Amino acid sequence: MQRRHFLGLLGATAATAVLGKPAQAGPKHFTGYPDSFGVLFDATRCIGCRRCEAGCNRVNGLPAPARPFDDLSVLDTPRRTDARTFTVVNRYSTARGPVYRKNQCQHCLEPACASSCFVAAYAKTPQGAVIWEEGVCVGCRYCMIACPFDIPTFEYWDPLAPRIMKCHLCYPHITAGTLRVPGCVGACPTEALVYGRRVDLLREARHRFHLFPGRYLDHIYGEHEMGGTNWLYISGVPFREIGLREDLGVTPAPEFTSGALAAVPIIAAAWPALLLGIYAISQAKDKAARQEKRQALREALAKAQEECQAELAKVKAKAEADKKAAIEREVKKALEEAAKAQAAKEEGE
Amino acid sequence: MSGEHAPSTPVAEERASLLTPFNIVTGLIVLVGLILTVLRFTKGLAGVTNLSDNNPWGIWISFDLLCGVALAAGGYTTSAACYVFGMKRYHAAVRPAILTAFLGYALVVFALHYDVGRPWRLPYPIFYSPGPTSVLFEVGLCVFLYLIVLFLEWTPSALEWLRQKRWRNLMVRMTLALTIFGVVLSTMHQSSLGALFLIAPSKLHPLWYSSYLPVFFFISSIAAGLSMVIFEGTLSHRYLHDKMDAHYLEGHDQVALGFGRGAAIVLVVYFFLKLVGLALDNNWHYLLTGYGAMYAVELLGFVALPALLYAVGVREKNLKVIRWAAVLTVLGIVLNRFNVSWFAFNWHLPAAERYFPSWMEVAVSLYIVTVGLLIFRFIATRMPIFHEHPDFKETEPEEEEPHEHEPRPHPQSFGH
Ligand code: SF4
Ligand code: SF4
Ligand code: SF4
Repeated sequence: MQRRHFLGLLGATAATAVLGKPAQAGPKHFTGYPDSFGVLFDATRCIGCRRCEAGCNRVNGLPAPARPFDDLSVLDTPRRTDARTFTVVNRYSTARGPVYRKNQCQHCLEPACASSCFVAAYAKTPQGAVIWEEGVCVGCRYCMIACPFDIPTFEYWDPLAPRIMKCHLCYPHITAGTLRVPGCVGACPTEALVYGRRVDLLREARHRFHLFPGRYLDHIYGEHEMGGTNWLYISGVPFREIGLREDLGVTPAPEFTSGALAAVPIIAAAWPALLLGIYAISQAKDKAARQEKRQALREALAKAQEECQAELAKVKAKAEADKKAAIEREVKKALEEAAKAQAAKEEGE
Repeated sequence: MSGEHAPSTPVAEERASLLTPFNIVTGLIVLVGLILTVLRFTKGLAGVTNLSDNNPWGIWISFDLLCGVALAAGGYTTSAACYVFGMKRYHAAVRPAILTAFLGYALVVFALHYDVGRPWRLPYPIFYSPGPTSVLFEVGLCVFLYLIVLFLEWTPSALEWLRQKRWRNLMVRMTLALTIFGVVLSTMHQSSLGALFLIAPSKLHPLWYSSYLPVFFFISSIAAGLSMVIFEGTLSHRYLHDKMDAHYLEGHDQVALGFGRGAAIVLVVYFFLKLVGLALDNNWHYLLTGYGAMYAVELLGFVALPALLYAVGVREKNLKVIRWAAVLTVLGIVLNRFNVSWFAFNWHLPAAERYFPSWMEVAVSLYIVTVGLLIFRFIATRMPIFHEHPDFKETEPEEEEPHEHEPRPHPQSFGH
């Protein structure tokens, strides 16, 4: 209910104010949240005045920069977002002369940062913003590794409570009602930034392609990049020339890891079974080996016994034979002696 | 020292040898480490590291986490070989490997306290606000559970030292269950460490980025584990010889030969898997670039070469060659983890925006390794790690025939 109310209110105000016509319901098959909001950046309109930077700084109460926002010599060196700066404008020299581009979180439809956070500190709001909550962040900085646009930043100087800092599409201000459009959008003097429903922004971009033939490349950066983003860019020069990577592909970041994560339950289920099987086999092998050993021992013993018995029998037989011979000898001897005695007796008579 | 294996070293003897070069060097490292600890928790990460918004992970992740976990893989490989695959002749290697693994993981967690922004929230992913879509969540959960498993696997040594026969026997009975649980958890988190980088195909050089990263990390962790057991065995053999009993010493060479054979096979498999990965992504043309040279060095010098050395060493029963192969493999794993998480990561950035560690980051890593070494020495010189406790010999015959699921080795299998 609340969301509906919010969207209704905002949709009506922002979209009409910016586009000058009532917002229409988005198409049915849509990746990401329907009716989510975003920003369209038109590189052909940006004049590199840095007012958006100043506006962002003001609405978010960020510390004053080292060099003031009206110092345009800052544009001489390329910059990235940092923990005190949610958005930066860079100047690029191209075939069509200098072109400026504002950089900040792209508010991906399926954000890498949110999918990579192991405490779910990020949320993709149905309104489009990707926001980070301080409450649970551990400060592991995996989200910074994951973000393909190098957006999240970290308060490295803070010893105990460093925060992840990045553009939040002014979600806190808009939900609180203090702002109707993001601070940067409101500060832009040339309408290079437009806030509205993403579907409407896409339509508006195509409208401009149609209206100004030859002015734009026929591509809306962010419509499909990394599965689509809520911040969209149109430009008259190739996007890589204004610092937007063209090699990111259209696969949403969570899909890169979903396969590996899906393998987890398989390993958890299959591995123990496999290992127990191997264990059982090795046990059985051991047992068989042991039994074999025992069997061999038994056989050896039996054989030894048999041999022993045979030996004994042989010895016995020999002994018997010996005994017999001895008796015979004795008898013979006795007989001989008797005969001798007989003879002596006969002689003596 | 005396030839008998006393469970504890005489205190007096230790006092006398307090000022050895070893103690002085380790003492200095620990001192510097403590100072840097204070600096880290007063000045923040910016005070001691070269980390930046472009380079959120430095050597504390590349070395302490990724290498630490891979090189502690000896725990699960050894206990699996001994208790699951029934290679009981490696029994003597199990305890040192478990101890090293336990310390390794404990130190990884210790090191993370330096690296993350709010270390006291490290339990959050598990107990407070899980983010199951994150690969890091899986890593955290598995490392946490595996640390408990390793602790339980190690308790018999401590309980024998404390002469708690009842508890010790209870723990020993759980060996098989713990081993299997440990292998499952290790499979998951070793591979997940590789999977961490799957989310950033646009930042990691195509030669190292592959959807097979988890498989590569897992397979190479087995080679790392086996090689670390051989490597540590060599070191311990040299420095803790007096703590070893005949059973350990007798098994020592056998372990090196057996694990060497295992490592050779695993490395060959790993080598071909890497080639398959290269072919599937059709990345051959990158081989002629600078990164290609680095890749070739890693694959030929630190995978193919040690595989060959292992094969030769095992065939000729040459322990020296096997030890060299182990050292090369370990270095190769370190190089691989560095390549994935550091050298080839953010390769699209201009050189000025690339990461190079500050001396303080290196010193903290060194300090953590030193702490591990000291604890290892403390435990190995007191508890029955390299020798069996005279009251708890497993090599002497038991009265009753151990029943089917008794995971302990049988006296007959020691091949007297
Ligand atoms: S641009 Fe980066 S920080 Fe912003 S939503 Fe996408 S992944 Fe997250
Ligand atoms: S740094 Fe914080 S927000 Fe980013 S992934 Fe880690 S816990 Fe999540
Ligand atoms: S949307 Fe808000 S937070 Fe984001 S750059 Fe604009 S002003 Fe800053």
